[in-house]
Amino acid sequence: MRIDKDLVAASATPLVLGILADGESYGYAILKRVDELSGGRMQWTDGMLYPLLHRLERLGYVEASWGTSDVGRRRKHYAITVAGREALVERQEQWGVVADALQQVWKTAQDGLAPPPRDAEGWA
Amino acid sequence: MAPGTTAAGTAPGAPGPAPHAALEAQIDQWRGYVRRREAISAADVDEMEDHLRERVEDLRATGLDDDEAFLVAVKRMGTLDDLSREFAQEHSERLWKQLVLVGEQPTGRTRSWRELAVVLALAVATGAAVKTATTVLDEQTVALNVGLLVLPFLTAYLAWKRQVTARVVGALVVPFVVLGAVLNLYPFEPTGSTLVLAALSAPVTLWAVVGLAYVGGRWRSDPRRMDFARFTGELAVYYTLLALGGGVLLGLTAGVFSLADVDLEPYLENWILPLCVPGALVVAAWLVEAKQNVVENIAPVLTRVFTPLTLVMLLAVFVVLATAGNLAAVDRELLILMDAILVLVLCLLLYSVSARDPLAPPSFFDGLQVALVVAALAVDAVALTAMLTRIAEFGVSPNKAAALGLNLLLLVHLAWSAVLAVAFVRGRRPFADLVRWQTRYLPVYAAWAALVGVVFPPVFGFV
Repeated sequence: MRIDKDLVAASATPLVLGILADGESYGYAILKRVDELSGGRMQWTDGMLYPLLHRLERLGYVEASWGTSDVGRRRKHYAITVAGREALVERQEQWGVVADALQQVWKTAQDGLAPPPRDAEGWA
Repeated sequence: MAPGTTAAGTAPGAPGPAPHAALEAQIDQWRGYVRRREAISAADVDEMEDHLRERVEDLRATGLDDDEAFLVAVKRMGTLDDLSREFAQEHSERLWKQLVLVGEQPTGRTRSWRELAVVLALAVATGAAVKTATTVLDEQTVALNVGLLVLPFLTAYLAWKRQVTARVVGALVVPFVVLGAVLNLYPFEPTGSTLVLAALSAPVTLWAVVGLAYVGGRWRSDPRRMDFARFTGELAVYYTLLALGGGVLLGLTAGVFSLADVDLEPYLENWILPLCVPGALVVAAWLVEAKQNVVENIAPVLTRVFTPLTLVMLLAVFVVLATAGNLAAVDRELLILMDAILVLVLCLLLYSVSARDPLAPPSFFDGLQVALVVAALAVDAVALTAMLTRIAEFGVSPNKAAALGLNLLLLVHLAWSAVLAVAFVRGRRPFADLVRWQTRYLPVYAAWAALVGVVFPPVFGFV
């Protein structure tokens, strides 16, 4: 199953912030973590992570610093800031509301979902 | 494809010493590709290169070979168009429309202003150093030390910008101190040619130190060296533009002043030129750093315009030299002129190589380039024969030895470039080989300049 790309985009910020809340990390490690967490089902275009990280840096949610990897390459590390943690809490609440609403919709729509109603086609 | 050519791009005799040489070449090419995008900065390329390498590493661990791993990793990185659009959205300040780095975004601002302040302070300091030197010292000493007066500030700016480590700072300071001692403590004959050679070679040697600062101490890296070659060319273009603009401005000011019977010239000579001409170098370096992509678009155009023109010039020179009769009688300036021509051809080659898309197939222009290099070699062969006869007749002087040495270095550089370029045009070797040869060879010139400046004077008795 592939996740719709809009959904991936919407969840990217809280995911990255959440992963960084666990401790400082860098681009490739963050992507690997996303891979693990989603069982490989959330496929990001690798390069897209970096503009996102830079946006979070610009917004002050993360702090970046250059270090070196164990083989001596330059590597940019990111750490979450206080503002980032606050933003994460806020996002968590937002996603809680969304997930809650979806749960209720799934429950009520359970019966109607199995054979899709014919007159709903026009809404697709 | 011509009959008989193999499908594989590399010749059987192509060297492959390092275990992952092909992969390294591919990554270099990828870097070059990404680097050309206006919205993606050098630091971003570094960041993504680290990512790419880790991805390749992991893919190889699953059993893919270098080639497959690289392809998958690049594919996963995303198409360059999408990527650069995304970067452009986040880093709109990098696009060419805004000329100066002081952007609108709230956080980048402090750093940009600080950089502007550092640049202006260093530019003023450069001007002040030159002004002080011209006031205190005699003309000859100033000419001898001009590199030492100007380049430390440029080096300081780049070192600051790259946030180099203490070790690199040490490596940057030592050459300046050593060369300063050599230039000022050697007992040069006042009108000797070793003095002139030392003065001419010092900026070349010091330019390598500037390069060390530019690459942030990572002098072994081929892509960084190529970046520095680009930086040098772009700096020249920017400096020329600044000089032209400044000249127009001063001309207009002087015109208005003269109408009001105020003579600008004493101020111009005593203050404006000594302060602004050196200071503009730091400003130009800053502009290159901030907006290098503007000129990156000009460099290929310039090389395309001047490659055919230079070829015509070389053919004319060849005809004139070949029909001149007794070449042993030609002026000794010829050797220096030949060096200048070879340097010109080399610069054209270097810049078209640096600006060329490494993955593009050979084109007509590449053939033209080969013709240019071959013509330069032919002209040089004629001139060199004349020179050697002259030297055999009149003996060696420091000038001749320096010019001849430089000529030989240029000859080796161009000859092997020609071999590699021909192999590339015939599809025998990747373009990356030609690029690598350029970047590997460049330090040789700095070494030769150091030799001429430091070793020649005592060898020739400081005459």
